[in-house]
Amino acid sequence: MSGMALPALAGGLLIGLSAVLMMAWLGRVAGISGIVWRAVSQPSLNFGGAWRIFFIAGLLSGTWLVHQLTERAFPESPESSTWIIVLAGLLVGFGARLGGGCTSGHGVCGIGRLSLRSLVATSVFVLAAMLTVFIMMAGR
Amino acid sequence: MNRWTECFLALICGGLFGAGLALSGMTDPANIIGFLDITGRWNPQLVFVLVAAVGTAIVGFRLLHTRSRPFFASKFHWPEASFIGGRLISGAVIFGIGWGLYGYCPGPALASLVYGQSHTVIFVVSMLAGMQLFQLLPGKRAPANLSEAQCTADRR
Repeated sequence: MSGMALPALAGGLLIGLSAVLMMAWLGRVAGISGIVWRAVSQPSLNFGGAWRIFFIAGLLSGTWLVHQLTERAFPESPESSTWIIVLAGLLVGFGARLGGGCTSGHGVCGIGRLSLRSLVATSVFVLAAMLTVFIMMAGR
Repeated sequence: MNRWTECFLALICGGLFGAGLALSGMTDPANIIGFLDITGRWNPQLVFVLVAAVGTAIVGFRLLHTRSRPFFASKFHWPEASFIGGRLISGAVIFGIGWGLYGYCPGPALASLVYGQSHTVIFVVSMLAGMQLFQLLPGKRAPANLSEAQCTADRR
């Protein structure tokens, strides 16, 4: 566990740096759910939204690059029934839109700018997720 | 402002974000479930990630307050919403249940697409469907031609 503390802190630093540079360079919040939603719902490349597609391309490339450089194996996606995965995806997508953000938008950027609204949202979704895991574990 | 400069900078930022997620182990749902499972063998890794990310963001955003505009854009699009109401809370509860069910939130799910596993693709497609489903709610339909300013105002 302590062996993972350093990469976790370094990774967190990179995520925070990404959020700060997005605002410093482009004046945008690095909220992934918002970026993805706009990228797929308004994919007009000639309308000033192209940066979102590039952000997502960077997200995938950065992940790939780390695994190439560290030679760390790809993590396995957990075994689960397809219906659970579909339900989880639907809830995450719907909830992120309804609540106005996800772990990056509320959790990192929102709390990072000391927004009470984002602190409340983050606390609520962490608690809801903990309760969900508790119920799932109990049901096994 | 040159559009290609904007796209290049977004690519760099996305790259840093993805690298951070992979390096910190956040693209592995086992680490997320391990953090959420407080009655099991609790895994604090996500706490380290969040503390480092939020700490960096607090310092960085504070430094930006001395500037009136970003380096490569005309204005800062700081979120304007501050209202804490039913919509925020119910959205967070729904999001949290989905997050706990499988261990993916939007960033790690997208980043994990490079691992080429079918489960990740199923999750991401469902997530986009969930976002679209929200759009179909009465009164939530976005006008066909949103201006950039309206997009920003709507993003809350």
